[in-house]
Amino acid sequence: MAESPPPLQRDPARPGHLLAAGDWTLAEAERLQAALSGAGPAEALDARGIGGFDASGAMLLWRLCRRLELADDALQLREEHRPLFTTVCGICRNPPREIRRDWGLRALLGRIGWTVQDNAREIVALLGFGGQVLLTALRVAPRPRRWRLTSTVAHMEAVGLDAVPLVALLSFMIGTVVAFLGAQVLVDFGATIFVVELVGIAFLRELGVLLTAVLLAGRTASAFTAQIGAMQSGEEIDAIRTLGLDPIEVLVLPRLLALVLMLPLLAFLAMLAGIAGGMVVGAAMLGIAPEMFIARFHETMELRHFLTGIAKAPVFAVVIALIGCLEGLQVQGTAQSVGERTTSSVVQTIALVILINAFFAIWFMEMGW
Amino acid sequence: MSGAEPAIAVRGLVNAFGAQVVHQGLDLDVRRGEVLGVVGGSGSGKSVLMRSILGLRRPQAGTVRVFGVDALSRDAADRRAIERQTGVLFQGGALFSSLSVLENIAVPLQEQLDLDPELVHALCWMKMRLAGLPGDAGHKLPAQLSGGMRKRAGLARALALDPPLLLLDEPTAGLDPVGAAGFDALLRSLKQALGLTVFLITHDLDTLYATCDRVAVLGEGRVLACAPLGEVEDLDHPWVQQYFHGPRGRAARREV
Repeated sequence: MAESPPPLQRDPARPGHLLAAGDWTLAEAERLQAALSGAGPAEALDARGIGGFDASGAMLLWRLCRRLELADDALQLREEHRPLFTTVCGICRNPPREIRRDWGLRALLGRIGWTVQDNAREIVALLGFGGQVLLTALRVAPRPRRWRLTSTVAHMEAVGLDAVPLVALLSFMIGTVVAFLGAQVLVDFGATIFVVELVGIAFLRELGVLLTAVLLAGRTASAFTAQIGAMQSGEEIDAIRTLGLDPIEVLVLPRLLALVLMLPLLAFLAMLAGIAGGMVVGAAMLGIAPEMFIARFHETMELRHFLTGIAKAPVFAVVIALIGCLEGLQVQGTAQSVGERTTSSVVQTIALVILINAFFAIWFMEMGW
Repeated sequence: MSGAEPAIAVRGLVNAFGAQVVHQGLDLDVRRGEVLGVVGGSGSGKSVLMRSILGLRRPQAGTVRVFGVDALSRDAADRRAIERQTGVLFQGGALFSSLSVLENIAVPLQEQLDLDPELVHALCWMKMRLAGLPGDAGHKLPAQLSGGMRKRAGLARALALDPPLLLLDEPTAGLDPVGAAGFDALLRSLKQALGLTVFLITHDLDTLYATCDRVAVLGEGRVLACAPLGEVEDLDHPWVQQYFHGPRGRAARREV
């Protein structure tokens, strides 16, 4: 391509006159801006030499005129460029209001305040939502025709049955790890047989149900949020309301019920798998035959360990279902909002599950259970 | 680039989804500087045609040339050349929901060119006003805009690179009549001021009568007719007759 003429130069014939030439387009914007910033004072501008001309070029030309403080009739323009230049001028005469952004200490304090307020609101919303769901459940309970059995069973399959391989495998692996850890300490005392109690108590009281709850917080709470969130952004929830249905009854109760029924079952499975993991390590590495493992288990294990463990399962189920559904209902229309809410629901459920588990542990210990 | 070359030239286009054939040897020219309206029943392949022109969909056969460049080329330089010369408004606006209106308009400028941030801001603001948005809309997120404003913001983003060719997919669908009429007027004034070539898919007869130089009717996998409105109206084809001479068609024509 041949070297294009300079976009702006002084007219050798007429002093005080500028000549514009070449393409004044977005592609040339960088070169144009460099040339314009060097333009000295002038009283007239002849822009008839301009070839390609687009809206960006028009804006740059307008800026040049403003900086040179040219009178309206001091600009000569080709007729075909006139409409575009007039349009752009009309726009550029009303410049935007600058929005000041504050990045200082005040903004920091402000953001902390907003975040605290958001968190407080979240807690209130969760408590309120829990009450609302409870009321709806009480209202629906005496009317079996309004129980949504199909939906509940479908969710039971999705949150329960489909999670069996994952829960069983991961609990088994953690069981083997706990047994290994215990054996490393206990072997010094010649007391490797206590691995049975270690694995048994750990899984019956804590790990079985906790692992299940954490896994389902990641797997199910996120799914609930995404499902309901997508429905919310597609205005399906609004449609449900206008059809005279209650979204809590239609969407939340079946999910809650499914999880309350399935989480204890999965927790029981996790206990079995974890203890099986311990048994395999015992047989393979520590010289504890499976028969001996089971006999020792019968001798030392008490029912209360199992009961305190499994009693926590429905509580975790309620927490996971409530947060998952509530976050989904709070989605506001955009894809980004669905993502944010899903993240928030997983983080909240895992944090709450671990927190509640700690309270349970202290309480059970104080009660001597 | 010779001036005689059409802005878009489609030859022998074949598009099929499994057994369902959408286009069967479709030919279409969009001349420079014209507004071509594309109409056709639902499922006649209007959007598929646009996606083929944009290179978003690979047709089973046929060629598409945009300003003489092969739109189906896999060469990155060819692709870039076409992307720089075309602006697209998708049906829903397709604004990036996490960015404000001004940031949305700035995306193509920042990606394709290396400009001073102050200039980018000024250009984006100008494009936003050009598309008929008020000045305070710039810092709003797409979710805070009405349907009509979202379309205008989408149009502003399509105009960001000052493309000579604009492809619009049902720009007035979902707008109230006043908003749609405003959009038609905007399109006319932009076309006049910027000298745009416009490929316009629409169901809206009012838009058709208000803006288009020529109309292409899609059907039976090909272009049934491509001519000025007056000629297309008289085409002897059941769908065309129903479309233009049904109650809605008559009403739209009366206004002109």
